[in-house]
Amino acid sequence: MFPKGTKRKFSDSGDEPAAGDEDVNQPSSVAVRMLSSYSLQRQSLLDMSLIKLQLCHMLVEPNLCRSVLIANTVRQIQEEMTQDGTWQIMTQALSAANAAAQCSADRLVATEVLCRQTEGGVTMSTVSPQAPTSYLPGTFGMDPCWEEENGEDEEEDEDSEECGSGSEEGDSDRLVEDSRTAEQVFGTFEIKNPAPSPDPALEELFSDVDASYYDLDTVLTGMQSAPKMGPYDLLESLSSHGPSPLSSSTSCRSDLNELDHIMEIIVGS
Amino acid sequence: MFTVQFVAGHQCCRSMSEATDIISTVEFNHTGELLATGDKGGRVVIFQREPECKTEPYSQGEYNVYSTFQSHEPEFDYLKSLEIEEKINKIRWLPQQNAAHFLLSTNDKTIKLWKVSERDKRPEGYNLKDEEGRIKDLSTVTSLQVPVLKPMDLMVEVSPRRVFANAHTYHVNSISVNSDHETYMSADDLRINLWHLGITDRSFNIVDIKPVNMEDLTEVITAAEFHPHHCNLLVYSSSKGTLRLCDMREAALCDKHSKLFEEPEDPSNRSFFSEIISSVSDVKFSHSGRYLLTRDYLTAKVWDLNMENKPLEIYQVHDYLRSKLCSLYENDCIFDKFECAWNGSDSVIMTGAYNNFFRMFDRNTKRDVTLEASRESSKPRAVLKPRRVCQGGKRRKDDISVDSLDFTKKILHTAWHPTENIIAIAATNNLYIFQDKFN
Repeated sequence: MFPKGTKRKFSDSGDEPAAGDEDVNQPSSVAVRMLSSYSLQRQSLLDMSLIKLQLCHMLVEPNLCRSVLIANTVRQIQEEMTQDGTWQIMTQALSAANAAAQCSADRLVATEVLCRQTEGGVTMSTVSPQAPTSYLPGTFGMDPCWEEENGEDEEEDEDSEECGSGSEEGDSDRLVEDSRTAEQVFGTFEIKNPAPSPDPALEELFSDVDASYYDLDTVLTGMQSAPKMGPYDLLESLSSHGPSPLSSSTSCRSDLNELDHIMEIIVGS
Repeated sequence: MFTVQFVAGHQCCRSMSEATDIISTVEFNHTGELLATGDKGGRVVIFQREPECKTEPYSQGEYNVYSTFQSHEPEFDYLKSLEIEEKINKIRWLPQQNAAHFLLSTNDKTIKLWKVSERDKRPEGYNLKDEEGRIKDLSTVTSLQVPVLKPMDLMVEVSPRRVFANAHTYHVNSISVNSDHETYMSADDLRINLWHLGITDRSFNIVDIKPVNMEDLTEVITAAEFHPHHCNLLVYSSSKGTLRLCDMREAALCDKHSKLFEEPEDPSNRSFFSEIISSVSDVKFSHSGRYLLTRDYLTAKVWDLNMENKPLEIYQVHDYLRSKLCSLYENDCIFDKFECAWNGSDSVIMTGAYNNFFRMFDRNTKRDVTLEASRESSKPRAVLKPRRVCQGGKRRKDDISVDSLDFTKKILHTAWHPTENIIAIAATNNLYIFQDKFN
């Protein structure tokens, strides 16, 4: 379970905690393992929360209280990650992964779940950078990166110089967004101006999705215009690409039940 | 109080297997004679307590179905392309002023005032029409008669008297009738409106916490209630675990609270779920008006209106769930909204839990009990056996372990008779009524 929210100390060992290299007499390596386990748990909680925010009922207005509580949890995690410097690492790792062809398939999964895109390749700024990493825990070498970065005292203010270096133009936009204060984090639900799309196939898939869906007001209070994508399309596309979202099985099932119900009403009338 | 056993009275179970029959609200009227339940399908069922009968001692005070009607229908919001659920979120009775009974029922968007009246006489002896209603041949009418009222089988008529619509952008979670018997409030996630019971085309907004920029939204209203005696006072709870007492005399818009009740956070218990479990799911004034009862995910708290900085009493409802918050977050159970209730004398509080368990806490003796509302353990007139949840360690016979709890069986809605020890428990689509026979 989650350890209590105390400030974690940087481990002096600097060793990458390898699975097969346990030495119980070295408390520092145990601490590092615990810390990375904490960060994995935190990451998985973040992913779960983001998915919950996305998979709101398409037919009935989403429960505002639930959405607000989940969004606050996401923001809390993001604040903590920003303080630890993990946020910067993830975004840098993302830009590294972006170049790596092997990650593109996984990236598709995450981006698809969390980022609806129009022809211009619009993305949800804060969400997208971490989205790919949600399905690739540890592949970016988070542990060593984290150890390097952990000593820094990250402010919540913009570190655009730091983040922007060495990343793509689209990513740097997002990185600047990411390092904003918590208050503005919530604003990242807005659709920003188009960033270059990573995958033309993805664009095509989502070319008819109404971008206004991701307006925060819409997300929290229900859709403002009829979704161009049919009710079954999202679930189909989710199931057809890569691993299924973490905790969506029950909500998918209930969504399907609701969809059946509404289809009955439509067809019946 | 707990030296006495609770006896399962007559079970007025509306046990149908369809999902639409999930009971979504339970409410006694002010005398306790009537009990109303609302369900997910928009139906309201009213039960009436049978008067005590000396010849059959065990049938005293049993509740039987009095009336059933469809309160709300599913609607479709064409502007947003969204369905508006017909589920009844709350029912509140008006104090009785004449022979008829009035209740307010609400779904997510629309509040309706229903009149429930009895008809046990009908006029007979019309001049112009005969018994079947056919127009008489006037040539056969030789004398005039005055129609007389003759007794007939009791008929309960329910008619909608007012429809209060189009005042809520967000989902209505609470309604509360004011002690002035003229006004009532309806609260949604971000706003509270004040209505006059006779006027449907106008309501006054008295609380508005919607931020200018929806992106800045971090807190919603979760429940609201009027003070039982002071018609100017109301309380509303938030998703951040705060209570705000507002005085309508201070300003037209009560955004500025008179009192703010908030418990300081315990830093040792802090986790990513701290805020979610602090969200207040229900708030109830005591009958005396002196105290507030609130329910959050793991506890029930009693607050003194005169002490804002911390609650008077904290009761752990199911603290064994504290280590399971991540799983409960994953399966969404952490967002379950449990209600709470006072007994008539404000000495005992009650709230529901999982596995069809519900809990009662005696504020004076500090004793508590866990009971179960299930078919198996509730034969008519059976005595309810206290249950126990064990968290490892010593385990007695009949204990349930935390891991075997059924989280789909949740008791969200409970109600306590205003004066007697009779409780109504809604367990999914079953209604259980228990009474304390040794009163």
